[in-house]
Amino acid sequence: MKSTLKMSLGLTAGLLASSAMTGVSQAEDLTLCWAAWDPANALVELSKDFTAETGIGMKFEFVPWTNYADRFLNELNSKGKLCDLIIGDSQWIGGSAENGHYIKLNDFFDKEGIKMSDFVDATVVGYSQWPKGTPNYWALPAMGDVVGWTYRKDWFSNPDLQKEFKEKYGWDLGAPATFDQFKQIAEFFQNREIDGKKVYGASIYTERGSEGVTMGVMDVLYSFGFKYDNPDKPYEMDGVVNSEKSVKGLEFYKSLYDCCTPPGASNSYMGEGIDAFKSGQVAMHMNFAFTWPGLQKDEAVGGEKVGFFANPAGPDGEQFAQLGGQGISVVSYSDKQESALKYIKWFANPEVQKKWWSLGGFSCLKAVVEDPAFPDSQPYAKTFLQSMAIVKDFWAEPSYASLLQASQKRFHDYVVAGQGTAKEALDGLVADWTEVFQDDGKI
Amino acid sequence: MTDTTSSILDRAAEAAARATPETLASRVRGLSDRMVAWLFIAPTIVLLLAINIFPLIWAIQLSFTNYRANRPNEPIKNIGLSNYSRILTDTDTWIAMQATAHFVFWTILLQTLIGFSLAYLIDRKFRGHAFWTTIILVPMMLSPAVVGNFWRFLYEPQIGLFTYVVSFFTGIPTTDILMLSNVTLAPWAIIIVDTWMWTPYVMLICLAGLRSIPDYIYEAAEVDRASNWRQFWSITLPMALPFIMLAVLFRGIENFKMFDMVNLLTGGGPGSTTEVASITLKREAFEKWRTGFSSAFAIILFVAVFGLANIYVKVLNRVKSR
Amino acid sequence: MSAAAHSVVEPSTTSKRAAATLVIVYALISMIPLFWIFATSFKTPPDSIAYPPKIVFTPSIEGYCNLFTTRTRQTPEYINSLPPATSFCDETTRKRNMVIAGPSNFLPRFVNSLIIAFGSTFCAVFLGTLAAYGFSRFRVPLADDLLFFILSTRFMPPIAVAIPIYLMYRELGLSDTALGMILLYTAVNVSLAVWLLKGFIDEIPREYEEAAMIDGYTRLQAFRKVVLPQATTGIAATAIFCLIFAWNEYAFASLLTSGTAQTAPPFIPTIIGEGGQDWPAVAAGTTVFLVPILVFTILLRKQLLRGITFGAVRK
Repeated sequence: MKSTLKMSLGLTAGLLASSAMTGVSQAEDLTLCWAAWDPANALVELSKDFTAETGIGMKFEFVPWTNYADRFLNELNSKGKLCDLIIGDSQWIGGSAENGHYIKLNDFFDKEGIKMSDFVDATVVGYSQWPKGTPNYWALPAMGDVVGWTYRKDWFSNPDLQKEFKEKYGWDLGAPATFDQFKQIAEFFQNREIDGKKVYGASIYTERGSEGVTMGVMDVLYSFGFKYDNPDKPYEMDGVVNSEKSVKGLEFYKSLYDCCTPPGASNSYMGEGIDAFKSGQVAMHMNFAFTWPGLQKDEAVGGEKVGFFANPAGPDGEQFAQLGGQGISVVSYSDKQESALKYIKWFANPEVQKKWWSLGGFSCLKAVVEDPAFPDSQPYAKTFLQSMAIVKDFWAEPSYASLLQASQKRFHDYVVAGQGTAKEALDGLVADWTEVFQDDGKI
Repeated sequence: MTDTTSSILDRAAEAAARATPETLASRVRGLSDRMVAWLFIAPTIVLLLAINIFPLIWAIQLSFTNYRANRPNEPIKNIGLSNYSRILTDTDTWIAMQATAHFVFWTILLQTLIGFSLAYLIDRKFRGHAFWTTIILVPMMLSPAVVGNFWRFLYEPQIGLFTYVVSFFTGIPTTDILMLSNVTLAPWAIIIVDTWMWTPYVMLICLAGLRSIPDYIYEAAEVDRASNWRQFWSITLPMALPFIMLAVLFRGIENFKMFDMVNLLTGGGPGSTTEVASITLKREAFEKWRTGFSSAFAIILFVAVFGLANIYVKVLNRVKSR
Repeated sequence: MSAAAHSVVEPSTTSKRAAATLVIVYALISMIPLFWIFATSFKTPPDSIAYPPKIVFTPSIEGYCNLFTTRTRQTPEYINSLPPATSFCDETTRKRNMVIAGPSNFLPRFVNSLIIAFGSTFCAVFLGTLAAYGFSRFRVPLADDLLFFILSTRFMPPIAVAIPIYLMYRELGLSDTALGMILLYTAVNVSLAVWLLKGFIDEIPREYEEAAMIDGYTRLQAFRKVVLPQATTGIAATAIFCLIFAWNEYAFASLLTSGTAQTAPPFIPTIIGEGGQDWPAVAAGTTVFLVPILVFTILLRKQLLRGITFGAVRK
């Protein structure tokens, strides 16, 4: 007790002193906020060059994906000064632009000669622009990302399995081109014994809390013909979101969850997917491309054992993939915007972008990805390019969080908890989304 | 220990006195009792006004608007009672309330049964009972968030210790024990963890109740040759009842507010099967940023806790005075 | 149970033994999760996910290494090009084809926890003692209403409280500051502190102070020199409660802090490895976080017991 009181007294005094000092002592350090994942750690390595060049120290605040949106949107909305630079998710751009969380980068780009036309078009639209399709830039494309698939090449090329598969389904076992084929492969591997271990068909996104199940379902729905609204009449969703094709797609996703996933995979997102694949539990694995460099280097399942394929096509031959990835922005509440802009300028440098790719980041610079040597630079480079060519993204409206929460609930209730039908889930989603847009005064 | 505490406070007070100019100091020393009373109470009241009451009033005011904390530039519209009517007619609200009720009911029932039994056993005053009481208390001292998070590991379908033990004793394969994924099991998964953490609390209060029963009542019963069974039902239980009811009240209030442990264990899933009221509230307030709407929801919850607790306290007082 | 009802006649040896056995079995079972946290913190990642769960294993401090560092996976060629490893953690990390990129945020978060928990406990107990004395010794108008009001602030679900506090702190620039969190925890704890301490001070006979005042003490001197020394047990018990609350609190911390002032409870569940949670590191963080509270519980169990039962009886 004695020490307790002394300590508390000392701490209170120390606290008053330290809160006065923090502002001074680290004036030069920049804090960069991002998700806690492989590319972030690669960025730590990369940024050591920036510190060496400029003398500006870098601090990092990384949060797991399942808390990422929550934490940083909360931070931005509270006008916090924690982050000077933020690599914010693509869907935040609308809200962050309209509410003044990010500073507008047009003038800075003009002054420094950074041209958006040097970056892959889909990433500029996806990560930088608001409103979409207008030359207003709020971020520099930092990390290209897209949902794709990895598979166990070693299992797929096992002659016994190949023979058995051919007999059963009448075609050669290999990376699937359509979701029909995908399902057959997944069923084939489900509960099979390989190397004395029971394995499962596929790991897919089912996470409830943040955005997991939506990202997974959408990835499949796009290929089945789902659209967010009537292309001729913005925000008209009835009959589009809940079209027959969408219903088929959602039913398909549930059938995948029911038949072909590991037991207990009811709340699985990027991290759980990586774990399932690395521990040799699944034959195929849905995940954002960022996971590929790590899996390629993995001692257990990497190297020759892992293969990559883009999101398969749906019944009508349509083929799309869910866009991931982020741009890097300067937070308008930061006191160190000058230094933060310096970082962006440095990061946009083609040499730095090249090193970024080699350390495990996905550069969005055309000079890097359109380099003739790029497709062969890594085993997954080709699949990445292929996938980036077919991307679609979720709503990037300022109300994106409400829209996302609605789909999370509807999809999880149907796919995982098995409540109601796919049609009911999508009808409900139309109602939820309509309400959000009505509240916004958009319809 | 005694000396240090007072000497530290002493020194603090002396330092304060030194910092006060002489004339003021003499006036402080000669303060009237009334002044001292207010001087002592005022800081607490001011703090509570600033951190509890002012925000509460603000929340009430916001609950009649469409305000969104993530759109500071948008005009705030007064929309009357429509937030309230929307919440009360929304089926999702009632699903959340049902999940909360299920959780509160079963945790209280289990904790009371186990907690009272334990207290009763400890009251046998066997050798070392004080030591074991301390051991039993440990779970309730820990952070529900940090420990709840670890229970996810214990519940893992293939590698978790909990699933392994259950499978060992029942023969059900571990891949079928999906504590956090199965719609029927998940509500029980959170009940088990809460029961593990908080049974000791109920036990302690019951123990206080058992120890408050004066010996002469039992002596009289012995004289009447009442059987042990009869003594239990006619003396022990009725006399400990007010304490049991208190424990139920505290646990009820706490679990009605439950957020941390459930948020980390299931996050409300699978589907919405464990989405207790606080989780819904958090989603509305800090994910969808419907600040006005969620303020209304918060006030409904507050009124509900307050109302139920007051009714309960009335019943409790009747039991006590019986 | 019924066979061994409470009785003034000393319970029979058999019934004592049966009771002891049951209680000890319960205590041991309830310790298993904690033992498992401790054990997992000393496992290597592969051991931690072995099936069936490993009870016997070779201890390793890899979990603690991972708790305090961030790491990035690199190719063996890259790792071989680096200067030789300088520490055990460095070496273990490299064996897994990874390099240490820098320190993790665990330590600053732990320090935040210390500052906020002890700071708010001190403030709550300080204010609480004064207010409790005020309510105990003076006729305060509307005292009962005020006391009830003070206590009722604990009925609010934390998320409900957090909504307006969030807006208020945003305006005042208190978001994500230690000062903001200390204020908030003090406000939450002070209600309990007043309530508990009033009970303790009520028990101290007024005659003591009155005698002192007749001897020439002023009211404040009497409070300091007579009442406070008598109330130390109560103050200690109250302080433990406030401390436990502030140390363990998660809801406010996760909503009102994001980095600078974030405490350990919202941080620990976000410790991840390359995939999902890095369980040995999480277990290590949990262990480090639990140790102070365990020590407190064991050292101060008497005051703790008194506080709990006392609070219950009074309310």
